[in-house]
Amino acid sequence: MTALLEAEELVRIYEVRRGIFGRPSPVRAVDGISLAVMPGETLGIVGESGSGKSTLGRMLLGLDLAQAGEVRFAGSPMPRNGTAEWRAMRAKMQLVYQDPLAALDRRLTIAAQIGEPLQIHRLVPRQYQADRVAELMEAVGLRSDQAGRFPHELSGGQRQRAVIARALASRPKLLVCDEPVSALDVSIQAQVVNMLRDLQERNGIGMVFISHDLKVVRNIADRVAVMYLGRIVEEASSDVVFRSPQHPYTKALVSSVPVPGKPLEGRMILQGEPPNPADRPSGCAFHPRCPVAQDICRTSSPALRRIGDGRTAACHAVAGETASIETMRRMA
Amino acid sequence: MGTTNPDLVELRDLKVAFDGVQVLHGIDLTVARGEALGLVGESGCGKSVTWLAALGLLPGKAAVTGSIRVDGRQLCGAERSDLEEVRGGRIAMIFQDPSSSLNPVLRIGRQIVEALQIHRGLRGQAARTEALRLLDMVGIPDAPRRFDLYPHEFSGGQCQRLMIAMALAGEPDLLVADEPTTALDATIQAQILDLLNALRAETGMALVFISHDLGAVSQVCERVCVMYAGRIVEEGSVAQLFSQPRHPYTRGLFDAIPRIDGPRDRLIPIPGTVPNPKHLPAGCSFSPRCPYAVDACGSTYPSLEFQGDGRRLACMRPVPAVTTSGEAKRRIHEGLMA
Repeated sequence: MTALLEAEELVRIYEVRRGIFGRPSPVRAVDGISLAVMPGETLGIVGESGSGKSTLGRMLLGLDLAQAGEVRFAGSPMPRNGTAEWRAMRAKMQLVYQDPLAALDRRLTIAAQIGEPLQIHRLVPRQYQADRVAELMEAVGLRSDQAGRFPHELSGGQRQRAVIARALASRPKLLVCDEPVSALDVSIQAQVVNMLRDLQERNGIGMVFISHDLKVVRNIADRVAVMYLGRIVEEASSDVVFRSPQHPYTKALVSSVPVPGKPLEGRMILQGEPPNPADRPSGCAFHPRCPVAQDICRTSSPALRRIGDGRTAACHAVAGETASIETMRRMA
Repeated sequence: MGTTNPDLVELRDLKVAFDGVQVLHGIDLTVARGEALGLVGESGCGKSVTWLAALGLLPGKAAVTGSIRVDGRQLCGAERSDLEEVRGGRIAMIFQDPSSSLNPVLRIGRQIVEALQIHRGLRGQAARTEALRLLDMVGIPDAPRRFDLYPHEFSGGQCQRLMIAMALAGEPDLLVADEPTTALDATIQAQILDLLNALRAETGMALVFISHDLGAVSQVCERVCVMYAGRIVEEGSVAQLFSQPRHPYTRGLFDAIPRIDGPRDRLIPIPGTVPNPKHLPAGCSFSPRCPYAVDACGSTYPSLEFQGDGRRLACMRPVPAVTTSGEAKRRIHEGLMA
């Protein structure tokens, strides 16, 4: 089966100037990322702020241009941003992001906004448009009497449903969701997560789910990629990553999720903060905070390689099965 | 006066209304000396408003009634000068977004020294020495060199540490932390929770931790109040609430949170949405979303009553108490509520 979406060695560098007279220094927001999403599969991307996960999401859709590397959708390369081909392809891949109020037009009713992609991509004859909008609203759990409402008349959860309905209007094959439930309350978050799972099962949509909330990602994603400073440091199936994280950063991340009944003392608390991407540490970018860093970590950057269980990890201390046991013993 | 009363803060029938819309419907709450109390609930449930009202920090249009006693002294309707003695001195408060609480154009050292001058009358070298001690205490590395930096030169996690240092400047008896870790990354959140625990052990101050994150609350608090639509619906020890939630809303909150282990089942959401405070449903505000509700729930609001096990509960149809403790242990063990 060919992958729905493939990215190969994506690089995005921003030039950041410090002060007015400062020399511009490069910030490698996305630094050589390769990934693949199969049809109907959900790939979760986790990482802290500044890890480049949102930039990556935009690059996957061609909204941010890759300075190196390539994105292929259904086997063919992504056309250049702004061209007619790109627009046609974008109907097949949609973006949902964190703040629904910013994503919606305050002066249009939600029915009008959900119907907009149908007009733009000329997908449905005008006389059937209202039916299709009603169908979409039902699919995301909005009541038909809410069609004439304006965004400010809806709750946060309902707005996010409207944004998702609009994204689904063009029957996309791929949905990139950037923190789609982070702004919602717990009880509403569960409603939207369930809805996304149902929609995906029903329509076989491939999904890239970007979030800093590990519990939500674990629930929704089949596979998870963990990012640190623009690179993937570990990738495996959701069950494998959360049951037995191997990269020290993933271990710390999983351990930092507060679990009631589990005392703070047993948790692995990292020292320091994520480094400034403009001031990337030498060698492995994680080594200044890493509890098992060795000399080699300061000088050489570890490559992402297979370590069994369908897992890849980029860490000198995690070479293979035997080495990882030793590492675990040392970290315990 | 204060010595006879073991409770540091005592709120009785605290009510708040904005422009005639009541958002807080009579809160009864006590905080004992040195205790860590958690306040959980979803946005709009009144968990922040309770403490803003208690400290007189709400805008003028808010109508606050009821009794707010700190060490037996009435604060509701008190003079500004009386309030100011309590604010920062006896009770300090930190907020979700530290960078908007710090003054961007003042060096951080000066901001902490200012708090020390106001609350403890320290000046000059003494104030500087004390400020450096506080910075060290909250874990700002290399404090002497960073004393003269501006807030934007610190990361979000460090700004929250600065806020905590400033809150500690008045040697408060109570620190009210309003969603202090919500804006922070996961690994930094763990650091701040760790810091709050360490500071409490060191200074013996009481802590009120306001959060929507039940996991975080369970790690720093001993007692928890669950709020819904401007009322406390359940209160108990962390162990009680997390092993056996009795109010259907508390139970629903736990069920709605995805787990970090175990099977990746569908989540169990609470149907519907939080009611608009302008149009609260009759009777129990949670009844329209409650799976256990009966007709009576829609007519009268159940009062918050003490239960046999020491918890307080406002519900006519609570979740049945689990008889075997095995179930409860299993839930804790598996981190079901995480």
